[in-house]
Amino acid sequence: MITKEDVEHIGWLARIEISEPEKAEYMEKLNSVLDSFEQLDEVETKAVPPTYHVLELYNVWREDEPLESLPQAEVLANTEHKQEGAFRVPRIG
Amino acid sequence: MAYENPEGVMIGLEIHIQLNKLKSKMFCGCSTAYHDAEPNTHTCPVCLGLPGALPVLNKEVVRAAIKVGLALKGEIAEETQFHRKNYFYPDLPRGFQITQYDYPIVSNGKVVIEGEDGEHEVKIWRAHMEDDPGRLVHIGSIAKSKGVMINYNRSGIPLIETVTAPDMRSPKEARRFLDKFRNILEYLGVFDGNLEGAMRMDANVSIRGGTRVEIKNISSHKGVEKALLYEIMRQKNVLRRGGEITQETRHFDEARGVTLSMRTKEEAEDYRYFREPDLVSIHVSHLIPEIKATLPELPDAKRARFLEEYGITDMHAKALTSSILLADFYEGVCKKGAEPKTAATWIADVLLGELNYRNLVLASYDGVSLGCINDKEPELGNSFKADDMVELITLFTEGKISDKAAVEVLRTKLDSEEEKTPLQLVKEKGLFKAEAELVVKAVSEAIAENEIAVQDYLGGAEKSLNFLVGQVMKKTKGTADAKTARELLVKELKS
Repeated sequence: MITKEDVEHIGWLARIEISEPEKAEYMEKLNSVLDSFEQLDEVETKAVPPTYHVLELYNVWREDEPLESLPQAEVLANTEHKQEGAFRVPRIG
Repeated sequence: MAYENPEGVMIGLEIHIQLNKLKSKMFCGCSTAYHDAEPNTHTCPVCLGLPGALPVLNKEVVRAAIKVGLALKGEIAEETQFHRKNYFYPDLPRGFQITQYDYPIVSNGKVVIEGEDGEHEVKIWRAHMEDDPGRLVHIGSIAKSKGVMINYNRSGIPLIETVTAPDMRSPKEARRFLDKFRNILEYLGVFDGNLEGAMRMDANVSIRGGTRVEIKNISSHKGVEKALLYEIMRQKNVLRRGGEITQETRHFDEARGVTLSMRTKEEAEDYRYFREPDLVSIHVSHLIPEIKATLPELPDAKRARFLEEYGITDMHAKALTSSILLADFYEGVCKKGAEPKTAATWIADVLLGELNYRNLVLASYDGVSLGCINDKEPELGNSFKADDMVELITLFTEGKISDKAAVEVLRTKLDSEEEKTPLQLVKEKGLFKAEAELVVKAVSEAIAENEIAVQDYLGGAEKSLNFLVGQVMKKTKGTADAKTARELLVKELKS
């Protein structure tokens, strides 16, 4: 059962602000999601191997070869918050 | 005698090592050679976490992880997969780290260390692959910081995180474990521990079966030992005053040598791990036989072979195999003709001692020179040639120079950048056993036999000294070094 506190906590983890009416709404919706999963739990799956990925693919990888990186100016092009080649953000905590 | 561990100390370690010998990052082609680079010049949409960018796994990361697993005598999972570990911090542009969760590639390994009471086994719970976050530089101190500068060059560097059981019973054992662990990784050729940030450690410690405290992000082996010594003392003091140890994460202030409580808002285990949907599972069974077959000789095996093959003492074998570079250098010196037992003494006792004294650590060996760098000031590094070691040992074993003279030559080689061979230095310094005595004798004779020249020199005629030097050269049939002869004469005449 998901409580109002759970909703607040999930909101904090995702760094989103949730208003009081929204909290009630999300509580209801998240609980209905949980209910659906509980319904799925009723299916007998002991003999079925878990599906970790919908694609039947394995070992998709590349050789260890370096490629060119982006130029610094391009990396920083989308921000105004930069200083000496670094991204600059407000202090943490 | 068995170690009693009176305080019931239990220490476990989590060690992050960068696979910095690989050429490209874990999930993109950006180069791993970022150490001297300008900020944000080794990045691309993948390691910057730009929307829509997709990771493609570097196969060598998997191979390296298998190598590490085999070297730690662990089990390699047949199937392994990646998870997302979600948290918000500016060093992590995607908002999650790609790591492994319930199917790590390595589990149940072990490392045998030199414990408090002889050989001691430390169990390895798991080792898994993950990618490194970027690097933050706080403007001003962390507490009063005005802002943070972010450099993503490190973002996406492949890491292996290794988690041990709490099997170490003292800070010294933790240090020994780390030394051995680093040594094994360097033998494997996947890791260079000299690079900044190559190895970062968390240590957890409890005493008398009490609550476990974690110390985060320590950057050196010495730091781990110091942090643990402090933390054990702190816990003992808390208990003595009737207090309770609280479960917490602490941070080690290296400059002050103390651990401090970290105030974190985030509840520790709220990472909401889930399967990384952008990467598929990895099956590794087919890779293992080939990797096993090409695994290099590891420290313990090399130590046993050195004992057998070169007939040296176990103490020397241990010291010489404490670094793959030193072991290769030793074998190079032996192959070039130096007597193995003498070479072991000169390398394990003398050379290592002189390097330690100079804060020099081994950095490379290319079959010719052993490269050393200064721990604190890298530009003060130097190199030492295997050929020079052979020449020095030969001069000594043939009785041409004394051990004192050999040490002097070795020191001169380490302290100067001049490309002089030991033989040249011995000649220059007049260190040949016979020659040195001969020169001293010739000097006294020259002074006794040439009273007029001596009086002239003492009366201020500098030129007379040249005459006396000439006499010394004549008496030694030119084998004396003129500069040494001059110095000896002046010393004698002034006394």
